[in-house]
Amino acid sequence: MAVTHEAHTEHRQSFLTRYIFSQDHKIIGIQYLFTSLFMAIVGGFLAMLIRMQLGFPTAKFYWAQWLFPGGFTNNQIKPDFYLAVVTMHGTIMVFFVLTTALSGGFGNFLIPLQIGARDMAFPFLNMMSYWLYPPAIVVLMASFFVSGGAPNAGWTSYPPLSAIPNAAPGSGLGQTLWLISLAILIIAFLFGSLNYITTILQLRARGMSLLRMPLTIWGLFFTAVLMLLSFPVLFAAAIMLLFDRLGGTSFFVPAGLVVGNTVVQHSGGSPLLWQHLFWFLGHPEVYVLILPPMGIVSEVLATHARKPIFGYPFMVGSIAAISFLSFIVWGHHMFVSGMHPLVGMAFMTTTLAIAIPSAVKTFNWLATLWRARIRFTTAMLFAIGFISLFVTGGLTGIFLGSPAIDIYVHDTFFVVAHFHFVMASAALFGIFAGTYHWFPKMFGRFMNERQGKWHFWLTFIGIYLTFFPMHFAGIAGMMRRVFSVSLYAHLQALSWVNIFISLAAFLLGAAQLIFIWNLFASLVRGERAPQNPWGANTLEWQTSSPPPHGNFGHELPVVHRWPYDYSVPGAPSDFTPQTVPVSAVPVPVHGGSGEDERDSRER
Amino acid sequence: MIDPAARGDAPGTGRRFSLVILLLIALGGVVSFFVARARWWLPPGASTQAVEIDRLFITTLIVTGIVFFLVHVLLAVLIWQGGRRTAPAAYWHDNRTLELTYTLAPAAILVTLIAMGAVVWTRVHAAPPPNALLVEVRAEQFGWVFRYPGADGRFGRTDATRFTGRDNPLGIDPADPAGRDDIVTRELHVVSNRPVHVRLRAKDVLHSFFVPQFRVKQDAVPGMTQNLVFQPTRPGTYEIACAELCGVGHYIMRGKVVVESQAAFEAWLAAQRPAAP
Repeated sequence: MAVTHEAHTEHRQSFLTRYIFSQDHKIIGIQYLFTSLFMAIVGGFLAMLIRMQLGFPTAKFYWAQWLFPGGFTNNQIKPDFYLAVVTMHGTIMVFFVLTTALSGGFGNFLIPLQIGARDMAFPFLNMMSYWLYPPAIVVLMASFFVSGGAPNAGWTSYPPLSAIPNAAPGSGLGQTLWLISLAILIIAFLFGSLNYITTILQLRARGMSLLRMPLTIWGLFFTAVLMLLSFPVLFAAAIMLLFDRLGGTSFFVPAGLVVGNTVVQHSGGSPLLWQHLFWFLGHPEVYVLILPPMGIVSEVLATHARKPIFGYPFMVGSIAAISFLSFIVWGHHMFVSGMHPLVGMAFMTTTLAIAIPSAVKTFNWLATLWRARIRFTTAMLFAIGFISLFVTGGLTGIFLGSPAIDIYVHDTFFVVAHFHFVMASAALFGIFAGTYHWFPKMFGRFMNERQGKWHFWLTFIGIYLTFFPMHFAGIAGMMRRVFSVSLYAHLQALSWVNIFISLAAFLLGAAQLIFIWNLFASLVRGERAPQNPWGANTLEWQTSSPPPHGNFGHELPVVHRWPYDYSVPGAPSDFTPQTVPVSAVPVPVHGGSGEDERDSRER
Repeated sequence: MIDPAARGDAPGTGRRFSLVILLLIALGGVVSFFVARARWWLPPGASTQAVEIDRLFITTLIVTGIVFFLVHVLLAVLIWQGGRRTAPAAYWHDNRTLELTYTLAPAAILVTLIAMGAVVWTRVHAAPPPNALLVEVRAEQFGWVFRYPGADGRFGRTDATRFTGRDNPLGIDPADPAGRDDIVTRELHVVSNRPVHVRLRAKDVLHSFFVPQFRVKQDAVPGMTQNLVFQPTRPGTYEIACAELCGVGHYIMRGKVVVESQAAFEAWLAAQRPAAP
């Protein structure tokens, strides 16, 4: 039963407290999304610079020299600026775009709405979480303008390169700012994840048992758990590296190093320690970026296929299994780092084991599409595209998880191809699917479907054209993070591959302009959307679009069934919202978790 | 209220989508691998472990390639059918047998791949045989220095404070008698069909010793000595690449390996100057 009248919680607020320093989860979510979009534009632009250099190393870019007078010389990019661009592209995309858009954006917007709560458990903490994000951006971007420029050590910032100021131009103040920026952002993430976990456990509406939660919420819940347990490790590592750089400690720098003919005054540290600490965060982080899209995609697939999600208990179980395993696979980033070979063997086993729950999820999505009545909305296209990207990227993970093969492909473009499919593009598709799907709920207007489809086709095909050939570059032995590939004999044949990849990447980048245009134009003059335009079951669609402050009016919704009762035989329509009592629309014998008896047992 | 079914139901989207998946991705993906094999492929292997690693690579490629193809064909078929369906979707969301099948089948495949991978990984990391040629490889920004232990088979002590660019690039301590006959070179020479035992060290930051044709890659970690063993099989000249980001000159950090006969190797080594005559 939907409650539609306005809540009396809607008290007068000034513009500042309503839209800027807002404690409303919906506004905070939207703030996170728009800030992430801004950072995505920056990160995407840096990707274009990378492809300019790799595809057209001898071309002259006059506009780029004008734009970055310090980074270009003779209208060509300088090697240290190239490394700074590579480092910042990775850092921005992983931490400042995908993590913030998914957890900060969709997590904030969806969690209270989908579990039937009025807001987060700690609204003030939630506001603080967002307002740590812009300062982190300012500190990070400032590194471009300091002496030596932005850090050169890659998004992984391996010491000693990142620890010793004269090891690279960007290892000066730029690297220090990088560490400070990341530490600030991690605090924002921790505030957020504490809030999500508490909210999901404590503030669910009546009848919303754990096994009636939408899969989006399951994905976001385990993401918050992963963040809460793994980000403090990177926080500690960042502080330790700051101490090494500024305080004279030696956590990561051993004795007897000579950099630039100067003996380094450190002793007793281990560069491998950083790698362990970094990847103890770094691998769960990959799942921080993929579990929310998995939830979003499950939701979008079921809604637009008009069919219950297949194997809900296995879906929840596989999210839990992936989350647990993600903490014990970090060593597969270190097979050739000098770790003992036996340890590599253990990490190979856990790594390949994580492919099993991933396969279960994929087949469950496919089973969801079987005998479905699909509506090819833009959101649905992106959700289906996600499956394809996830499969393609997941399969190459089997190569990298096998340490003997990894000896050869480690740190080549094969790895670059792998994670751009499975983590970057797939996560991005989750974001796009979620944006097209929930935009009507966020703003009460539709996005333009025609432009959405153009965006989808160009992006989907652009991603395959860009990242698929990178496998071949990697197989041919092309190393990552090299400024120029023209020197090595074994890479001579790759110049055409790199030109092809660059052209495809420019197409892919240009296609995103359609999305940005569509987004802003639809905000102003998109077609008005009703309360439940897609005919969806979850609670957010049972309130107005956009929902009022307090989300649900005077009375909170009461939940009577799971969220996937689509096309129930005999029901009046092809969807049955969670608020519809079982007496009104009974579920068939094999109907899953819809029985009303469960209500009395749990409450 | 707008009819939700009307939104995004442009006829033909499903058919177009399944064709793209079928032709561009399933077929295009597989065909492009065959095309790439001609030009953009594994450099010809030149060591014993290259044979084993390549075999494992190809096996994994065939297994994953089949899965890639079949899953995409299935996806295309499902989309095609889902777009044509006019009857309501089936209310069907549980089948324990089906789910257990696609849990256990990937598990069985993965256990097989783990076992095969473990065999190769263990063999690659076997202890150096007694006839192995011992050589030290020292990585630095942005180049490679090599050291042969000389007649005594032992390397002399090194010390960071003694580094000098040209005369003593490794910082060998002249007080240590073991170091007197050490031979420091700028090229790596090894013997065809004789195992090589590399002691890998780094002077400043992380580097990675990568010889694509040997399928050898090992990070050089400051403060640690890594041991690696490989056996080159084809005489010739190869390049050493640095595979771990090490700074501005990472892309030019190239070295040279020469694989030659035992006699040629001995002649070359005899012509090199010991560190401290």
